[in-house]
Amino acid sequence: MTVTTSSSTPRVKRMQRIVILGATSGIALEVQRQLAQQECELLLVARSPERLVALQSDLLARGAKQVLTCAANLASIPHHAGIFDFVRRSFPDFDTVLLAYGTMQDQKDSEDSVDALLDELNVNFVSATALLTLFAADLEQRRTGCLAALTSVAGDRGRRSNYVYGSAKGALSLFLQGLRSRLHPAGVRVITIKPGPVRTPMTDHLPNSARFADPEQVARDIVRALEHRSPDVLYTPRIWRYVMTAVGQIPESIFKRLSF
Amino acid sequence: MSGQTAATLRKKPAALQPTERILSWGRYPKTAHQHIYKPAWNDQVPEILKAAAPGSLLPYGLGRSYGDSCLNDGRQLIDCRRLNRILGFDESTGMVSCESGVSLSDILDVFLPKGWFLPVTPGTRFVTVGGAIANDVHGKNHHRAGTFGAHVHQIGLHRSHDGLVVCNAEENPDMLRATVGGLGLTGVMAWADIQLKRVRGPLIDVEFIPFQSLKSFLDLSRESDGRFEYTVAWLDCFAGRNARGIFFRGNHSAESGRIIRSKGGPKVPFALPGWWLNRYTIKAFNTAYYRAHAARKGTSVVPCNSFFYPLDSLRQWNLLYGKNGFLQYQCVIPESNVEAFEELLDLVAHSGMGSCLGVLKQFGSAPPAGMLSFPRPGLTLALDFAMRGERTLQLLRSFDRIVLESGGALYPAKDARMSPALFEASFPQWRSFVPFIDPKMSSSFWRRVTEAQ
Repeated sequence: MTVTTSSSTPRVKRMQRIVILGATSGIALEVQRQLAQQECELLLVARSPERLVALQSDLLARGAKQVLTCAANLASIPHHAGIFDFVRRSFPDFDTVLLAYGTMQDQKDSEDSVDALLDELNVNFVSATALLTLFAADLEQRRTGCLAALTSVAGDRGRRSNYVYGSAKGALSLFLQGLRSRLHPAGVRVITIKPGPVRTPMTDHLPNSARFADPEQVARDIVRALEHRSPDVLYTPRIWRYVMTAVGQIPESIFKRLSF
Repeated sequence: MSGQTAATLRKKPAALQPTERILSWGRYPKTAHQHIYKPAWNDQVPEILKAAAPGSLLPYGLGRSYGDSCLNDGRQLIDCRRLNRILGFDESTGMVSCESGVSLSDILDVFLPKGWFLPVTPGTRFVTVGGAIANDVHGKNHHRAGTFGAHVHQIGLHRSHDGLVVCNAEENPDMLRATVGGLGLTGVMAWADIQLKRVRGPLIDVEFIPFQSLKSFLDLSRESDGRFEYTVAWLDCFAGRNARGIFFRGNHSAESGRIIRSKGGPKVPFALPGWWLNRYTIKAFNTAYYRAHAARKGTSVVPCNSFFYPLDSLRQWNLLYGKNGFLQYQCVIPESNVEAFEELLDLVAHSGMGSCLGVLKQFGSAPPAGMLSFPRPGLTLALDFAMRGERTLQLLRSFDRIVLESGGALYPAKDARMSPALFEASFPQWRSFVPFIDPKMSSSFWRRVTEAQ
């Protein structure tokens, strides 16, 4: 149905109805604002009902055509079926899904405690793949749409200071790579978004966080990638594509001695 | 799951580390803060307040205060810029409810296309609603509309002991009057309801009139107040008491026009060497500015951005003054005391240290909206001075004497150096404000002018 409308009226953008998983995360906040300005319709999923209410009114004021909300704990896999059901019922012809939630715990905690380690992997990798699987099946069946997820440049190479978060995000990138190939015949796009360090609540405690990328700029890149047939893997800000290419060239025998 | 959970927020203070440097717009004084909290949601604020030591916190917005009223040297700030959501809007009345970190720029971007404008706007759109209230800012329509605070109907205020306190004309009216112009000391504003104003479009009918004496300025100002919503004058500060300047007066235009978004514009990339703004370059600028505007004498229609926010088109213009920063001096002198005003203008001219941007305005007689509101009937003058150490401070002290003797006042939002005595003279009622201060709040400014340590 959406396909016919968008092909008969060329001015209408492909991306109109977007599901955001993790709507209160720092990067998602900026993405949503820019989508609202483009008069998109949004369905926001996040844990806190109060925060969703504030977000909903803000995005409506800023131009969003419709904003639906669903308060649920995305990290909890037993809740996924309910979330997916809600989306199917209230927002049946969504065309884009952006998975934007994640946690970055202190790496030290994961070294000292297996529970903390599993938490980090569960939220960032296991729960993300579980959700994406539900949405992938739906889009594959409808043979339309776009699935995008935020991973991280930290997932490109395991580093001493951040390898737990990095491995979860790296695994998610691999998962998306395979999913992309699987959904390609159905015409469903899968975008892996790899931001460098961004100035958000998640990174405030890191040294030099003031010099991190501006979330507004990162969100602009993401919105552009969702809109157009641009790269399957988006590095943002763009310089990170080259940085990570260079980092990838460092031989392991040297890399293991680097302390960053 | 969503970045900053309550748990991670609670963990942060343990790792207090020097954060990015926060300075005020004048880049003087140089301060170092112990920690900057950056709550993204109002539900995180009570925890920050609860955990804080007495007198350790101060809310911070876009840092457009010129001096130290937005700073808390050696202590902590709560950066409210992420509390930037619009919570509701009534299309029929124009009442907007928004979180305190929403900028006036945001409000214009969202509501000007719908035909609503700010009831009062300062000379920059890059201030937060919280900052506009805390400094009870004024604009070119003071003679008509009073201050920003006069259009604030309701405030939700996080207080460290009482939780979220709603302040309006019925509930806690005294706390509302204390918070308007309260320099952020009464608590952290969660949200505010502000009455916007209906306009036909984004254009302003403006008229430039050159004048060459203080008397002709006063005549122009009195004559214009009734017919023009906005009046202000640019002053060549090298002219002395024969005040040479350009009088601007305007009204919202009946013409409709397209809104030009003002995101871009050139940007001063780094602090320029301090010497380049000297008496010769400034004199040359002032003469050129005067001639250019005197030649354009007459009426024209301009976009509201260029009428209200000419300086916003050069981003980070404060870096023009070099790494030592600058001081702004804004005083008000009662109209009955025009001689004192003339004396002040002579002193400025003789100092040879004046600035490009002398701004002169006659305040109206609107009753103050807040306990510590600055505007009061009289003539207000604002001038910038590059910070050149003791020389500059001494010059400003000589102005202080005139202000003090004439029964005038200085504006805390622009100040980095006024003496406790001058503060006392400017705001004799300040002691009755003290009981409204939240015990967890303090600021560099407040400690300086009330001599509390």
